Amino acid sequence: MDAAKNKYSIIVPTYNERLNIALIVYLIFKHLRDVDFEIIVVDDGSPDGTREVLKQLQDLYGEDRILLRPRAKKLGLGTAYVHGLKHASGNFVVIMDADLSHHPKYLPSFIKKQMETGASIVTGTRYVTGGGVHGWNLMRKLTSRGANVLAQTLLWPCVSDLTGSFRLYKKSVLEDVISSCVSKGYVFQMEMIVRASRKGYHIEEVPITFVDRVFGSSKLGGSEIVEYLKGLIYLMITT
Amino acid sequence: MKHVLKLFSLLVVISALWIGLLQASIIPRTHTWLLPIYFIVSLGCYGLLMVGVGLMRFPTCPQEALLLQKDIAEAKDFLKKKGVDVGSD
Repeated sequence: MDAAKNKYSIIVPTYNERLNIALIVYLIFKHLRDVDFEIIVVDDGSPDGTREVLKQLQDLYGEDRILLRPRAKKLGLGTAYVHGLKHASGNFVVIMDADLSHHPKYLPSFIKKQMETGASIVTGTRYVTGGGVHGWNLMRKLTSRGANVLAQTLLWPCVSDLTGSFRLYKKSVLEDVISSCVSKGYVFQMEMIVRASRKGYHIEEVPITFVDRVFGSSKLGGSEIVEYLKGLIYLMITT
Repeated sequence: MKHVLKLFSLLVVISALWIGLLQASIIPRTHTWLLPIYFIVSLGCYGLLMVGVGLMRFPTCPQEALLLQKDIAEAKDFLKKKGVDVGSD
């Protein structure tokens, strides 16, 4: 594929990320200097003034580089990607979180890996050497590791980080995979990569570091664990 | 084939091997009867080992938090100069 003709559509779902989205936009422009890209912000009706900040960013960087495609209210991640996809003009799509746990400095490594290997999907993994997590206590790490071992044993997924949401997809591949996914939250991310793997798409991984800035907000209560197990069983049966 | 069916077929193959062993009497019968239990226990131990090893070798990146703070400061600085509202939320 002619590198000069690639365009990358970066979809960032936001909800109350007024400050972070501005920082992310700056960092993306800093690290993707010679790349043709657009940032598609799917904001779910944030009441904190996110859209005002985005308008200022559009004045600074151009409306053709920052696309604001809002929705009326919080409607979930999967549909946010579908919504963003409709407006994506690139032949590649990157999905990433808006809270700076995903650092734009890794974008060049995703792009490079894809060009080197011709992969359909490049997914960021936190669990290999060169990657890593900061901000997790022992309990959190234990749960993460336990969940990962269980998923590896039951699903044979061919990737080391199943719940990661920092990924580069060929646009056609994302469209194909997303149409068959129905889960929500992080199980959705797992479903995407497992379905892609079952469909035989070429998947590569790059190490990324993940700085968890939501300290103290423990998203791993009993109900999360139950959700996860249900998700695993669902994936075993349907993929 | 759905994944659960793949796992099921694997289980069937292993069971067939076990029954074969029972009938062929290569290993004393008492041992053969216990094989499934050994298998499950080994699987459990392997799982726990993987969790333990993974936990010990869990990659962390404390320096990344510092680098991130630097990046945030740099970004705020630049954006403020260009008229983007980066007041804290």
